[in-house]
Amino acid sequence: MEGQGNSDWGSMIYLTRKIEFSAAHYYHNPAWTPEENRRVFGKCANLNSHGHNYVLEVTVAGTPDPVTGMVLDLKELKEILEREIMERMDHRHLNHEVPELAGKIPTTENVAATIWNLLQPKITKGRLHRVRLYENPDLFVDCYGDGQ
Amino acid sequence: MKLHLTRRYAFAAAHRLHSPALTEEENRRIYGKCCNPHGHGHNYSVEVTVSGPVDPATGMIANLTDLDAFVGREVLDAFDHKNLNEEIPVFRTAVPTTENLCLEIFTRLRAFPAARLEHVRIEETGQNSFEYAGETQGSAR
Repeated sequence: MEGQGNSDWGSMIYLTRKIEFSAAHYYHNPAWTPEENRRVFGKCANLNSHGHNYVLEVTVAGTPDPVTGMVLDLKELKEILEREIMERMDHRHLNHEVPELAGKIPTTENVAATIWNLLQPKITKGRLHRVRLYENPDLFVDCYGDGQ
Repeated sequence: MKLHLTRRYAFAAAHRLHSPALTEEENRRIYGKCCNPHGHGHNYSVEVTVSGPVDPATGMIANLTDLDAFVGREVLDAFDHKNLNEEIPVFRTAVPTTENLCLEIFTRLRAFPAARLEHVRIEETGQNSFEYAGETQGSAR
């Protein structure tokens, strides 16, 4: 039936789900003087904080299950993203309320890498391929873990 | 941890697609409206992607202030509100297609000192985009 005679059947598919969360942060290196912090981090060094509407695209690679036709159930991915990311980061302060970011400067690079580390062990069907985190439409970071 | 940082920039410029190596008929057939003699323009969107280790002191691959200044100096100052055919030397001979624009902008940005240039992606309009990752580049997106 489906796929018979299609030589691409069983090939790798990349599936992406998008979520949005809003969070506050600031950039501050405690080893530096206030002047150094301001010089390197500019407006982001304001200790009163500012915030962003982050957009997160999570891409999972895998071959569709021959019975369901799915790499993984989107509902399951939605629940993982809700539990691991939304509950941790949405309407939170990244410097003060996210233990995984403690001691790190919550740049888009570090937040994307943290999200990779949170999601990678939870995705057991297919494998996490890429985490793309937009801080705003003109700035994003792609994280591929330790591989591609 | 493999990380790519992408920043999007914009510039507006005029161009005309026309090759002196082709006859007028061939130019018209190949380039269509893009060959109209007085040129036309686009709002170009340029995505610049760099990679490298994250500095633990800053949490950054590269400081955006440095990247913005470099792209501004090497590309935007030269391209924004300009006529590509007339004002960018390489396009006095090469046709300023977005393919060639990718090559030229990649070449201009390759020397960014703070991180490795991964690729340049240009949208000429919202309906088309072109990407160049350098000749020997093999990293997957």
